[in-house]
Order: sequence, then C-alpha cells, then structure tokens
Amino acid sequence: MIVPWLIALLFVGGLLAWASERFGAEWPRRVALAVLVLELLLLASLLGGSLQAGWLAEFNHAWLPRFGISLHFAVDGLSLLLLLLTAFLGIVAIGSAWAEITERTGFFYFNLLWTLAGVVGVFSAIDLFLFFFFWEVMLIPMYFIIAIWGHENKFYAAKKFFIFTQVSGLLMLVAIVAIAWFHYLQFGFFSFDYLDLLEVDMSRNVEFWIMLGFFLGFAVKLPSVPFHNWLPDAHSQAPSAGSIILAGVLLKTGAYGLVRFAVPLFPNASAEFAPVAMTLAAISILYCAKVAFAQADLKRLIAYTSVSHMGFVTLGIYAWNELALQGAVMTMLAHGLSAAALFMLAGALQHRIHTRDLFAMGGFWRHAPRMGAMAMFFSIAALGMPGLGNFVGEFLALLGAFQANQVLTIVSAFGLIFASVYSLWVIQRAFHGKFPEASLDPGRLPDLDRREMAYYFAMVAGLVWMGVYPQSFLDLSAPTLQALLEGQAVLATPGAPQP
Amino acid sequence: MLDLIWLLPTLPLLGFLLLVLTEGRLGKRVAGSIGAGSVGLSFAVALLAAISFLQAGVDSHVVPLWNWISVAGFSPGVNLYLDGLSLVMMLVITGVGFLIHVYSLGYMADDPGFSRFFCYMNLFVCSMLLLVLGDNLLLLYLGWEGVGLCSYLLIGFWYDEPANGYAARKAFVVTRVGDTAMAIGLFLLFAQLGTLNIQELMQAAELEWAPGSALPAITALLLLGGAVGKSAQLPLQTWLPDAMAGPTPISALIHAATMVTAGVYLIARTHVVFELAPEVQLLVAWIGLATLLMAGFTAMAQSDIKRVLAWSTVSQIGYMFLGLGVGAWSGAIFHLMTHAFFKALLFLGAGAVILSLHHEQDIFRMGGKRRQLPVGFLCFLIGGLALTAFPYTSGYLSKDAILLAALDAEGPGFWLWLGGVVGAFFTGIYTFRLFFLVFFGASRGHDDATEVRGLAMLVPLFILMGLSLFGGWIPVPLDAVFSHGTGHEEHHVSALLHGIMIAAPLVGIAISYFCFASGPKRAEGLVALPGARALRRFWHSGWGFDWLYDALFVRPFVWLARVNAKDLIDSCYAALVAATRAGHAWFAHSQTGNLGWYAFSMALGLIVVLALGMLS
Repeated sequence: MIVPWLIALLFVGGLLAWASERFGAEWPRRVALAVLVLELLLLASLLGGSLQAGWLAEFNHAWLPRFGISLHFAVDGLSLLLLLLTAFLGIVAIGSAWAEITERTGFFYFNLLWTLAGVVGVFSAIDLFLFFFFWEVMLIPMYFIIAIWGHENKFYAAKKFFIFTQVSGLLMLVAIVAIAWFHYLQFGFFSFDYLDLLEVDMSRNVEFWIMLGFFLGFAVKLPSVPFHNWLPDAHSQAPSAGSIILAGVLLKTGAYGLVRFAVPLFPNASAEFAPVAMTLAAISILYCAKVAFAQADLKRLIAYTSVSHMGFVTLGIYAWNELALQGAVMTMLAHGLSAAALFMLAGALQHRIHTRDLFAMGGFWRHAPRMGAMAMFFSIAALGMPGLGNFVGEFLALLGAFQANQVLTIVSAFGLIFASVYSLWVIQRAFHGKFPEASLDPGRLPDLDRREMAYYFAMVAGLVWMGVYPQSFLDLSAPTLQALLEGQAVLATPGAPQP
Repeated sequence: MLDLIWLLPTLPLLGFLLLVLTEGRLGKRVAGSIGAGSVGLSFAVALLAAISFLQAGVDSHVVPLWNWISVAGFSPGVNLYLDGLSLVMMLVITGVGFLIHVYSLGYMADDPGFSRFFCYMNLFVCSMLLLVLGDNLLLLYLGWEGVGLCSYLLIGFWYDEPANGYAARKAFVVTRVGDTAMAIGLFLLFAQLGTLNIQELMQAAELEWAPGSALPAITALLLLGGAVGKSAQLPLQTWLPDAMAGPTPISALIHAATMVTAGVYLIARTHVVFELAPEVQLLVAWIGLATLLMAGFTAMAQSDIKRVLAWSTVSQIGYMFLGLGVGAWSGAIFHLMTHAFFKALLFLGAGAVILSLHHEQDIFRMGGKRRQLPVGFLCFLIGGLALTAFPYTSGYLSKDAILLAALDAEGPGFWLWLGGVVGAFFTGIYTFRLFFLVFFGASRGHDDATEVRGLAMLVPLFILMGLSLFGGWIPVPLDAVFSHGTGHEEHHVSALLHGIMIAAPLVGIAISYFCFASGPKRAEGLVALPGARALRRFWHSGWGFDWLYDALFVRPFVWLARVNAKDLIDSCYAALVAATRAGHAWFAHSQTGNLGWYAFSMALGLIVVLALGMLS
C-alpha cells in the first residue's frame, strides 16, 4: 500500500509547493524539501523488508480492466536502490536551486516534484501501460524546467530534449501495444502486466522488432551513441537542479528499463542483439570521452562524460551476468552521485562568475579551496579511483563483460585512460594554473558555505561508502538480478500474492 | 602484535583525514606533528610487527579486516598479508618515509601549502602500504591507483605554474596506460582462475597452466604493462623526469624510494606467473637492460641536478628489472631497498643544495661548493659511492647480487651481465660528473650560499648516510617467499670477471674526474667534436621519446578532439532538421492562393494518376 503513497506524496507536495508561494518566495523550497525528506524516510522504512520473499511492497488495483490495464506497482531491492537515489538527489537538487532559482519559485518546485513523481512511478510500475504513463509524466515538467529557468539557448535545448524523448517514447508505446497484442493472440485476453507479458512466446522476427522498439526508447534516455545529442544541450542549458535530476536520475530510468523490461521480456532477441548493444556501449565510452575533452563549456563537458560513463552501464547490462549487472547497477548509483555533484559545482561556479567557459577560469583553488577540493574529489571519483563507488561499478561491469565479450571489454577499458585525460584537464583549466586577474575579481568567487558543504559531504560520504563497503548496495540488488538472470520477475514466489 | 598491522595504513589515513578536515587552519607545528608523527607511529608499529613476525618463525600471516565485495564468487576482501616481501617493503616505506617526512618539516617550513603537503604525503603512505600489504590484486590495485593519485597531486603541488600541472597530468595519464593493461590482466586472471587472491592465484596458476603456454605469457605481459608504467621503464619511462616538478622531498619519497619501485614489487609478488612464462621473464630482463643503458646515456647529458637523479632512478630500476628477469628475485628486492636508502639520500641532499642556492637547479651554475655546503658534499659523496656500487657500500652488495645472477642465467646471461657492467660504468660517469660539477672546480655562481640548518633536515640526512654505507648488511628475510626461484644464490665467478665488475664504475669515476673535476671546460672539447652536439641533444631529450609520443598519440588525439568538438553526430540531426525545414518551405510555395493554379495542378495530378493506372 505504501507505493501509491510514495507517488501521491510527490504529486500533492508539488501542488502544495506551488500554492505556498503566496506566503513568500522562499516557501516552495521549504515545502519541497520537507516533502522529499518525508519521501526518503518512507523509502527507508522499506529497507527492513525481506528481500528473499518476492516484492518488498506491492499494490495492485484494476484501472482499465477491459484492456487488462491495472495500477500495479511493486518495489524490490533494485527499484528501492534507485528510488533512494531519486529522493536523495531530489534533496540535492533543491540544495542547488536554493539560491539559484529566484523567479516563479512555486512553479519551479512544482515541476521538480512532479518530475520526481514520474521517476518514482517509472521505478515502481509493473504494468507497462502505467510505466509508459509515468515515462511521459517525468518528461513534461522537465521540459518546463529547462525552457523557463534555463540559460541563453534554453528553448532550443528544451525542444530538442522533448522531441528526442517523445519520438523514442512513441516507438516504445508501439512496442508495448504490440507485445500486449501478441499476449492477446496467445492467451485470448489483454494484459499490460509485466508478469503476464513475461510469458508471451513470439517468433524470432517479432521478438526482435518489439525488442528494438524498447531498446530505442531506452537507448535515447540512457543515452547511447548515436542518440545522445539531446543531452549536451539539455544539460548545459538547464538550471543546475535540472541537470542534477537529468544526469543523476532521468538517465538511470533508461538503464532501469533495459534491465527490467527490454532484456527479460525478449531474452532471445536481446542475446542476439547483445554484440550490437555492447559495441554501441564501447563507442559511447570512447567517442564521448573524446568529445568531452574538446568542450570549453564546463556543463557540456560533464554532459558528454555522462554519456561515456553510461556506456559502462549498457556494456554491463548486455553482458547479462551477475557480475556485470551488479557493476551496471553500482555505476548507476555512483555516477548518479558523482555527476550530480559535478553539475552542482558547475552550477555554483556559473552562479558566481556567470560563465561556464573553462577558458575564462583558472587558479580558482587559491580563492576557493573547498570548491577545488570538492571538484578534485568528484573528478577523481568519476575517473574511477578505487575506494570510491564509481570504481566498484566500472570494475565489476568490465570484469563481468570480459566473460561475455573480451574484445569489446578491452576496447572499453581504454575509457579508463580517456577519463583521466578529461577529468584532470577540467581540474587544470578551472582550479590550477593562474587566476585570470584581468577579467575576474576574486571577490566574486566566495568559497562554498556551510549549507553547500553539507550537500557535498553527503555525496562524498555516499561515494566512499559505495567504494569501501559496496556490499550494502550489492546485497539489496542481488536477489532481483539473480531472478532476472533466471528469467523470473522475483526470486522466490512463496510470499508474493497471486494476481 | 602481528594482528595490529591494520594500524600501519590506518595511522597515516587518520593523519590525512585530520589534515583535510581542518582545512589548513592548524598551526605548522601541529600540522607537522600530525603529518610526520602518524608516519613515525606507523614505523614503530612496523618495527614491532617485524620483530614479532621474525620471532614467530612463520612464513606468512593474514589479517582479514572486512569483506570488500562479494558477487557471484568474486570476493576480494580487505585483508592484509604479511610475509618476508611485504615486511621489507613496509619497513622501507614507513622507515624511509618517516625520515623524509621529518626532513620535509624543515624543507617545506616556509611554504603556504604546508598542511596540504603533509595531507597528500600521509595519503600516499597509506596507499603505498595498502599496495604492499593487500592479499589480493584488487586491494593492490587500490593502493596502486592511490599512489598514482598522490603522485599526481604532489607533482602538481605548486599548481600556479601550468608546467607543473602538465607534468602531473602526464605522470598520471602515462602510468594509467600501464594500469589499464594491468586491469585487463586482472580480468583475465579472474576469468581463468576464478579468484584475485594472490596466494591462491599463484597456486592455481602452477596447477592449471603449463609452463611456456600462452595464458601465463599473456597474463605476465599485461602485468608487466602495469609494472613498466609505474616503474618508468621503457617504453613508458617518459613521465618520471618531468615528475621532478614536484617539491624535492616528493621526488625522494615517491619518485625514488617507494612508488616507482612498485612495479618491481608487483613482478616479484606474482613471480610464479613470470616463471611460467620464461619468454616474458626474459623480456623483463631485456627491458631492464635497455632502460638502464638508455637512461645512463640520458643522465650524462642532463644539466638539472634533479633530472640527473631522475634518470639515474630510471636506470637503477632497470637493474631491478634485470634482476627480476634473470630470476634474482631477492636480489632485485634487495637492490630496491638499498636504492631507497641512497637515492633518498641523494635527493634529500639535492634538496639541501637547491635550497641553499636559492632554488638553483642547474649544475653548470654551481661549482666548488664543497666548502660552502659540507653536508651536501658528504651526502653526494656517500650517496654517489653507493650508487656507483663502490665496494662494500650498500649499492655494491645489491648490484653485485643482480649482476652475478645475470652471469649465471642461461641463454643470453653473459650479454645481460655485460650490458649491466657497461651500465655501471655509465653510472660512475654521470654520478660523479654531477658530483664534480657541483662541488669541485671554480665557483660558477651563488657565492653567497649558506648551508641549510636545523635538525629536522640534518638528522634524516645523517641516518640515510649510515644506511647507504652499511644498509647492505641488513638481512632480508626473503628466502621463504621465493623458494621457487634461484633461492639463496651462491655464485662462483672468475676473479677476472669480478674484477671487471668492480673496476667498471671506478673507471667511470676516473673519467669524470678527468673531464669535470676542474669544471666543465675539458668536456666542452668533447662536445665540439663533429656530431657530438646532435648526440648530446638527442640524449638530453631522453632519446626523443617525448617527441615521438607527442606525434603519435597526443597530437592526433587533440586534433581529433578539436575537429570534432561540435560532435559530428549532432550535425546529422541538424541536417535532418534542415531537410524538414526545406521540405516545409518547398511545400509552402505550393500554397499560392491562386485558384487557377490549384485547378491546374489538380487536373495535372488526375492525368498522371489515370495514366499510371492505364499503363500498369
């Protein structure tokens, strides 16, 4: 029963935040923060549940029975991890918007919470129609966040974001309807329920085309080369809170879709398709690392590195063994934190010096050592320093992928070298070297204050935890991944209610 | 007591955390005490652990801490493993490390980044200890990358100067090339043998892999890739000379005594794999030989005091690789230890000289400094003698062990030995060229130099002098570790060959004396010979490797990145948008509002459709 409340809380909280603007411009952010803290606590209450006995929480209620569509939500260890990440990064996003967003604050926090509501729905929907509904819900508020509070080229970026995701969403909708139709042909009744659809047998050709529809829908979101072009524009133009949610959470919905739906629903087609997907992953890793290195716009650079890191996720998913999948999930979590932190830093810099141009920066360490130290930490995390979460993720993904495809794994491993090239280049350009005395007054660059430091420390702690004792996270996702590898929705069914 | 070795990395880690969290607000006295004190305590623990280890008479001892990762049979733990090899390494790291920390208290006293310096240094010691104490390759890899990070941070310590940042990034990226090879080696090892625990791996490798087969060869090559990167051997040696941009104590600790020898440690630690791949093991020897000769030539052409020492380090690690390649595992580790003593002494002595001469590093602007800088003189005399393997100094005993093992090796053993002896001859030349140019002849500048004072700097120097002279008599308990190898070597060589080995560096010293004792004038005559100038430039540049890599890798990568900064794929979408717009505009033209035109086009369309229908 708790899952619908998780979503309703965000929807209602969003409306409340909007309404509270009448009491003052600073009220919406307080309401939003309270809502997300409550959300995080609700999610934490699920942590005590037994992972072995099916879902941690489930809710099933008929919606459009004629078409076999129901409000079927369920949360297991994998979803819970991603939900916790969502709520946590939502709080971080509020922290980043705290001082940055000063206009139409009510509508801003409304959009933020509604996007997150969509994400929570995506991570917990088990009915595919419902899944698609939430897939769209997270898109539209994000469009507004970019188009209204974005930077100099915001309309172009927002439109591009919308069209890319909308077209891919359309392909996915066609694929969802198609698989439901084949379910009807086989069983004589309509169902959009994931558990039912897992049973559908399809001919090789049909399975391949429907799988492709799902894959494209998720590959655009992920994003994978060659569908990544919406991301650098959206990221660089969005306000930092938008970038944090985009990089930290929205990209992960694509990866989640692949793990939960695209591969399990079409195991044979996916196995055939795996070399293609892994090749795209390897290209994403190397190509986007190279493009990232050439960017002068700090946020654009980080955006390209996100595509590169998500390549490890795709690689791990299509290797389809436990090591690689755990690596993919770990990379999703760790990249969520490290990318969010880097975007928050980029936003903090832009808020202070009003530019994202790396060539207008330099020597900032002297005047803002805390900022420098944080940038160093998260860059080092992103380039895969052992002892931090990203390393565990990428190492496990590669270790598992090596057992599936040695050549592509070796090619992808070169991404580790490229990652060090661009990460250290950012540090050099912005924080080392000489301060541009002529064009910039050091007084405009106050160091991070206590409130900001609290957010960064939380993310530092998260990454260290993931790096030093990743078992806390691996144990949560393990039952789900093991079940998926065996072609089941949940590992053991005795505790799960029958539909 | 043995179970307390978890304190070894923990104490410097705590020092690091304290210094980070106080953000440099501590006074220098407190920050310095934390920085040096944590390593000092760590050394004390290491000594106690070493004593109880030797008293216990066991071969190894494992201290499990916690389960790091456990996924589908892959379960590397955070477990510390102590045996003779890690014992020697941990004592060198904490012992020499502590002396260098104390020295740094004086050397860095006036630096505004004092606290930051010790913070990075402590993190380095922690990572280095994890590298040598880890019982599995993943934990070793953690330490391996950690020391690389600290090396990067400390080379670029004075970050205002972009050249330092460049040197730091170069060091990190070049070593990461090797690290990536090593990571692939780990994937392969796990895929083949199902574990990354070093002892289990070595046992499984011996059981499952036939000597001379392909798998051990590939694995050994990949591990060797990591080792040549970290230890600055051919072809990844280019980063080490530039790494001298960091403060001099860093060069002593990271780029002479400890981190750069990690590759030697890695190969010694996984020596079973190399024994199963004899061709690769021989390759290690040839790499060592090629590197030690190439670096010897290069060192002779340098004018920067630290670069001479840097190339000398590359060359000496070449000896260690040579030793590993001929199966003198103990000899290589022994040379690693003595090298840590005398090279730390030389670097710290160089630091004292540089500080006394107001940050002058060009040896051609020194000269005749032995009266002004008596301690520096003594450092270079003793360190130089040990480096050139002057009989019965520490360097003599260890280099002797390696060269004698080479002579005993089958196949190309004699040639490896001969190359090593030629290298020793060069060592004599370049070491004493530096010595005579700095301390003899007429002064060529800095007449006002006064020697540095303060116990913090002097005491470590005197201790290191003692270790450089007599450190070769310290027994290293390595027999149990390398029971497979040549073991405790008893070499029988003819007196003639042994005489040549001893004489070679002495001849080098004599040549240096002849050329440089009265200043650089006599040597200038040599440079005037035809072709000598070009050769000197070639050597000075480190044999053009920087130029080559720049042309082969750096420029193409940067060029490729620059031309595609706008992302080619994006222009495909832009073209799609443009095509849609053009089509839209084109069709918009048909919307003229002219009724006659509409009627005409309708009729035309009708005719075309009817015609198509009739024709088909």
